[in-house]
Amino acid sequence: MATHLDISHISIEFPTPKGPFKALDNVSLKIEKGEFVSLIGHSGCGKSTVLNIVAGLYDATEGGILLDGREVKGPGPERAVVFQNHSLLPWLTAYQNVELAVKQVFRKTKTKKEMHDWIMHNLELVHMTHAADKRPDEISGGMKQRVGIARALAMEPSVLLMDEPFGALDALTRAHLQDSLMEIQKDLNNTVIMITHDVDEAVLLSDRIVMMTNGPAATIGEVLQVDLERPRERLALANDPKYIDYRKQVLTFLYEKQRKVEPIQAVTKSKKMATSAKVANA
Amino acid sequence: MIPNVTMTSLKDKISAFSFKDILLPIFGILVFIALWQVGASRVHTSLGEFPGPVVVYEQWNGLVAEHQNERLKEEKFYVRQEERIAERQAQDPNYVGTLRDYTGKPTFFDQIFTSLYTVLAGFGLASLIAIPLGILIGLNRSVYSALNPVIQVFKPVSPLAWLPLVTMVVSASYVSDDPMFSKSFLTSMFTVTLCCMWPTLINTAVGVAAVEKDLLNVSKVLRLGWMTHVLKIVIPSAIPLMFTGLRLSLGIAWMVLIAAEMLAQNPGLGKFVWDEFQNGSSNSLGRIMVAVLMIGFIGYVLDRVMLTIQRFVSWDKTQVLR
Repeated sequence: MATHLDISHISIEFPTPKGPFKALDNVSLKIEKGEFVSLIGHSGCGKSTVLNIVAGLYDATEGGILLDGREVKGPGPERAVVFQNHSLLPWLTAYQNVELAVKQVFRKTKTKKEMHDWIMHNLELVHMTHAADKRPDEISGGMKQRVGIARALAMEPSVLLMDEPFGALDALTRAHLQDSLMEIQKDLNNTVIMITHDVDEAVLLSDRIVMMTNGPAATIGEVLQVDLERPRERLALANDPKYIDYRKQVLTFLYEKQRKVEPIQAVTKSKKMATSAKVANA
Repeated sequence: MIPNVTMTSLKDKISAFSFKDILLPIFGILVFIALWQVGASRVHTSLGEFPGPVVVYEQWNGLVAEHQNERLKEEKFYVRQEERIAERQAQDPNYVGTLRDYTGKPTFFDQIFTSLYTVLAGFGLASLIAIPLGILIGLNRSVYSALNPVIQVFKPVSPLAWLPLVTMVVSASYVSDDPMFSKSFLTSMFTVTLCCMWPTLINTAVGVAAVEKDLLNVSKVLRLGWMTHVLKIVIPSAIPLMFTGLRLSLGIAWMVLIAAEMLAQNPGLGKFVWDEFQNGSSNSLGRIMVAVLMIGFIGYVLDRVMLTIQRFVSWDKTQVLR
């Protein structure tokens, strides 16, 4: 299959008071249409930065992003993002939040009726039609994230970018949403890049797991092809030797090859540096 | 058993509520009135004793009576005119009478009304300038850097400093044979505008600049146009701070207005206080005290009205507003 999304030799530097801070170094990844790719790594390794560059929210210092052979610059709805903390507009209802995206993308191609049906269809996909008229502060965290996913799906993106979409949820809600996501994925067969720090989530959902080395100057360490039959069933997989082996490979990478051996002091310091880099960038 | 328990706890809640929300404020007011009565009797001025609560209450009744009296006189005045015109027309069918306006002096309550619409005009004009400008400043750091020194310099200027300038400019530029507004009204209004626009301007700018980064990213990913971005993302998220500014502005507007009316001779509460002071009768201090309380009360009501509007407009119903 032809490459759909080509992340080509990207590096990024953030200016800090102590000189430029190189967060990513020469990250290259080719993703096929319909592929589900997870990026996993320790916190602070720059996996979110990769996603933000693909989304167009950051500009790579070197290298670039090709989507279907064309270079992309700046953000756009064809690379929809599901943000970690849902990022719904708190003053709009679930319906209106999705509507804002739909109006923006399909204003010229769909009639009012079609847009309404499309909004309801996407809320249906995430099982949120019952709360269409509720505002974000009236629904639970898991439900907010569902609406966030509906909003991203409604843009009919070429690539769906998910930044630790279930990271802020409790384990049960998370499992529930992962199942929903697999179900949606079976129907729509989207191309997805998902950031995660959850090993089980990565193995369960992905076709490929991209493991990142620790920063600064983080890059891709290993890539693991996950050949598990779909549809995947979390209970059945729990005892599947292949699943256990994949899981072990990721864990080995994270906790042996890329073990974080910084003392507490250094951790806070590097965190500070990352924040100052973000601030400087903003 | 269980319903009984909930009943008692509900009762407890109600009594706790009424104690804190009704009894304590009443207690506070009573203590204040008592201290006022005791304190006032010890202060002697050339116009007699400082007015205590009883005197002020009498003066209030006096002002109400004066108002009713004046209204009655006005009514009679018009009735008299109409009768006279009718009489003349009976003698000469070609006679066309003209009704003349009543020219009696405005009462305390007329003056309250004048003050209210002057302050609302000044505050409205200030908001019309400050909100769009604040949005612009909040959106654009360069505009902020350019305008910030000007704002910081004009913000602390007292209304009394502006007033002579505003008076002269209004006199020079608003020349008309049949003026729609009186000059004193315009002078007071513009002074109010100049003094009260700053909190709205600054708070709007801060609110706009503090839009959550995630929401800005949503806007970028959606490629929202400038107008949609401002209307759907920036303004709603700045609304809480915008209202903080508007409430501060309205408070300042009301304070500035009284001072401006005194000097501009706009027939409102400020002029009432000034005239009573110049008049210097034995009733004057009591009447001024009535005005002081009325000014405070109206200021409070204006703030509550803004709060109600804020509750209505704000999307964040969980926000504690006081």
